[in-house]
Amino acid sequence: MTAAPDKKTSFQSLILALQTFWADQGCVVLQPYDMEVGAGTFHPATTLRVLGTKPWRAAYVQPSRRPADGRYGDNPNRLQHYYQFQVILKPSPDDSQDLYLQSLRHLGIDEGLHDIRFVEDDWESPTLGASGLGWEVWCDGMEVTQFTYFQQMGGMECDPVAVEFTYGLERLAMYIQGVDNAYDLDWNGLPKDQGGLTYGDVFHQAEKEFSTYNFEHANTETVARHFKDAEAQCGALLALTPPLPLPAYEQCIKASHLFNLLDARGVIGVAERAAYIARVRALAKGCCEAWLVSQGEGV
Amino acid sequence: MAELLLEILSEEIPARMQARAADDLKRLMTDGLKKAGLTFEDARSFVTPRRLALVVDGLPVNQPDVTEERRGPRVDAPEQAIQGFLKGNGLTLDQCEKRTTPKGEFYFVVVERKGQVTADLLPEMFNDMFQVFPWPKSMRWGTGGQRWVRPLHGILCLFDGAVVPMAVGSTKSTNSTIGHRVLAPGVIGVNDFAEYRDKLENAQVILDADERRKAIAGQAEKLTKKEKLTVKIDNSLLAEVTGLVEWPMALMGRIDEVFMDLPEEVLTTAMRHHQKYFSVVDAKGKLAPRFIAVANTEATDDGKAIIAGNERVLRARLADARYFWDQDRKRTLESRVAGLDGVVFQQRLGSVLDKAERMAKLARTLAEYTGVDPDLAERAARLAKADLTTEMVVEFPELQGVMGRYYALADGETAEVAEAIADHYAPQGPADRCPSASVNVAVAMADKIDSLVGFWMIDEKPTGSKDPFALRRSALGVIRLIVENELSVPLLELFTAVYGFFPPSYNKERSVIPADVLARDLLDFFADRLKVHLRDKGVRHDLITAVFSLGDEDDLVRLLARVEALETFLASDDGEHLLVAYKRAANIVAIEEKKDGVIYDQPVDAGNLADAEEASLHAGLEEAAPRIAKAVAEERFADAMSALAGLRAPVDAFFDKVTVNCDDQTLRANRLRLLSRIRGALGGVADFSKIEG
Repeated sequence: MTAAPDKKTSFQSLILALQTFWADQGCVVLQPYDMEVGAGTFHPATTLRVLGTKPWRAAYVQPSRRPADGRYGDNPNRLQHYYQFQVILKPSPDDSQDLYLQSLRHLGIDEGLHDIRFVEDDWESPTLGASGLGWEVWCDGMEVTQFTYFQQMGGMECDPVAVEFTYGLERLAMYIQGVDNAYDLDWNGLPKDQGGLTYGDVFHQAEKEFSTYNFEHANTETVARHFKDAEAQCGALLALTPPLPLPAYEQCIKASHLFNLLDARGVIGVAERAAYIARVRALAKGCCEAWLVSQGEGV
Repeated sequence: MAELLLEILSEEIPARMQARAADDLKRLMTDGLKKAGLTFEDARSFVTPRRLALVVDGLPVNQPDVTEERRGPRVDAPEQAIQGFLKGNGLTLDQCEKRTTPKGEFYFVVVERKGQVTADLLPEMFNDMFQVFPWPKSMRWGTGGQRWVRPLHGILCLFDGAVVPMAVGSTKSTNSTIGHRVLAPGVIGVNDFAEYRDKLENAQVILDADERRKAIAGQAEKLTKKEKLTVKIDNSLLAEVTGLVEWPMALMGRIDEVFMDLPEEVLTTAMRHHQKYFSVVDAKGKLAPRFIAVANTEATDDGKAIIAGNERVLRARLADARYFWDQDRKRTLESRVAGLDGVVFQQRLGSVLDKAERMAKLARTLAEYTGVDPDLAERAARLAKADLTTEMVVEFPELQGVMGRYYALADGETAEVAEAIADHYAPQGPADRCPSASVNVAVAMADKIDSLVGFWMIDEKPTGSKDPFALRRSALGVIRLIVENELSVPLLELFTAVYGFFPPSYNKERSVIPADVLARDLLDFFADRLKVHLRDKGVRHDLITAVFSLGDEDDLVRLLARVEALETFLASDDGEHLLVAYKRAANIVAIEEKKDGVIYDQPVDAGNLADAEEASLHAGLEEAAPRIAKAVAEERFADAMSALAGLRAPVDAFFDKVTVNCDDQTLRANRLRLLSRIRGALGGVADFSKIEG
């Protein structure tokens, strides 16, 4: 089933609408971080900026990679590469929920017709040493957003507390367009004969190829070596006087993705897995601490 | 008499925490009231997703005045002490009264403490409650340092119709609240509880969770009845859904027919687990292609868009489930066994593959006791955990075992093997169904005994309320499997054998806890579990202890037969008397042994029996002891008991006529040995010292 292309509900117009809405709320609209990350939270605009006392509001799209979630393009809902729209408000305003609901209204979701609910879902990222409390937001039974009040990042308490809204863009778009298969999403709102493209047109081949790469061909020795290199480089950058937290954090992100790749290749034993996570967490913690020091808010 | 009304408005409280939170609010506030000497007629608490509320009726507007009598110093105490007392109580000497007590003459004074205005006491009480509120998890928000389950939005607090001024951070108390988030977001002012409840209802908030629960069940029944179907009300799901809605609206949607050939458990679990939908069945109890979703709103199109949205979500979920179902069946369970090395059983106990291998061995051994083909038991045990790596079970862990059954059948495994896989986690508690087919029993026992021995080896035993690996449930499971299927299983031997199944890499632990010590300790744990289990059935726990303490009984079925025979015996006149006599004999021996520093366990000197009664007791014991031992060995417990009964008359006669502590020391020692012998003879049946009464 494919909906008739519509410029108002196309995948890209959804992103534009969210950007406009959050720009109006005083957010800096950023571009995706140019590295492979597992979630929008890994963007330094979240990981690092939620620390310390300085106010911060940002919104951005972040392509997210989860190698283990690849399904060779066969599954209508699971992708190893997908989009998150990330909003960070620090400190979390009193009307966080209202603002979020207004953003849905801005996307054309009429609360009078739909059932929007906040269902408990606490969030934790063992690799970032981060955790928060909040909900999955359900729209007519579909989880459209992860809504989290950050409590910890890099093992440190967040004070003030930031609130994070992570919109699952494909899901949200599938919901709004009434589509059952992510690959059928209308990307640009044009009829096919006028250059209309679907999500599948843009990404299906990538999903197939990257699933094959992630599961079958990623050279595990190379990847494992790159992990070690990134880890060593991160440590070296943090050991400088003064340290370089931002480049160090990039190495941490790199290590995290390489670990995900090794995990997808199925070469990490269970005890080893926990050890890898602890190693990435140690990097993240070091970066967070160095970042705070660089902000004049040392620990 | 006045009413206290309190509402704490916040962002959505997790459903699973709500009932407990309502109880805690009531408990903490009423404890505070009681501590302040404030009596009340009734206190009720309420919870919705966004609010915790409490109403207390019949409170006094003032704390009662308290009259207290205090004793001062003695009349003849130093002047300094007397002045100190007077100053401390703000008194003059003429206000004091002299009174004589058995300890001398003292000053007494009656102090009156004026009660405070109740409303003035409430802010502190509220604050104390708020600070200590036992949320399972709480959080901070914004720039404030306060903690609550989710960000706080309002405090409504009225006492006797007036706002009680209090605050948490920048949130100050008012006489108002707000209605349903979407349907009635406006501010509602109230004067008392009745108005609060009614106005909330007009603002699409049903305050009482019970009413919401009933509304959901009623609406769901009404919707399904129209199509001659029945909704399956799952109570824990109903409780959860009740905690997600302030204004429940049940809606019925359709399951796309193309998914109806998926296993029922898969459909039901996908709906429940991800979507919190209720299942619907037809007149024959078969799953119908319908579901019930509960929305938290009254949509302007009567829910058409909501139903359509939910149907679409469910289609995606079921498409996922179908994908898992199809993918999973492309591989046999057999081929998945090796992959279990990637699934942790417990870090120090290796992978689930290790566990499956041990279970397979153990199931072979157990097959002998359950009376089943060892190959069959081994096969089922080896495959039992293989579904853990299927996509379906990774997605829905609660389908473990159930999926194993489906996939085993798809692989062409025998029905026995498939059923044993499905059943091997059972029984999961005292009320769960207990497997009875012999293969199922062998595999179910293998799973649990392996876990118990393993966790015992690494010393991860349950302590107090902590039992993270549900080992109490595992032990109870084994007990039920053995007892309810009347199996004769030598547990100590089995524990020792399983101990040997763990790999040599565990030598370190093994040197810490030797096999026989572990087996014994684990058996004691079983004894405790058995007592707890049988307490409900009215079996005396002291009798179980009495038989277990002998240390020679590890066959639970035989143990229970012994306990039963013992119970019958003790209920008889002979039994009752013999127990009394035993206790008397044991007491005397214990006292004299302590006094003399000698143990009187040597053989009785038959040539030194002075009285006829002691000679006859000696003869009786000599005759009964081997009979008892033989009967016990042959599991004729009733016979053992009648041999015991025969001892009652000589024992009673002995105590009637014979003086144990006589002057003749040789005779006395021999008599003490004779009494000690009673303990020995009875000890063949049970440790009578452990029997109460």
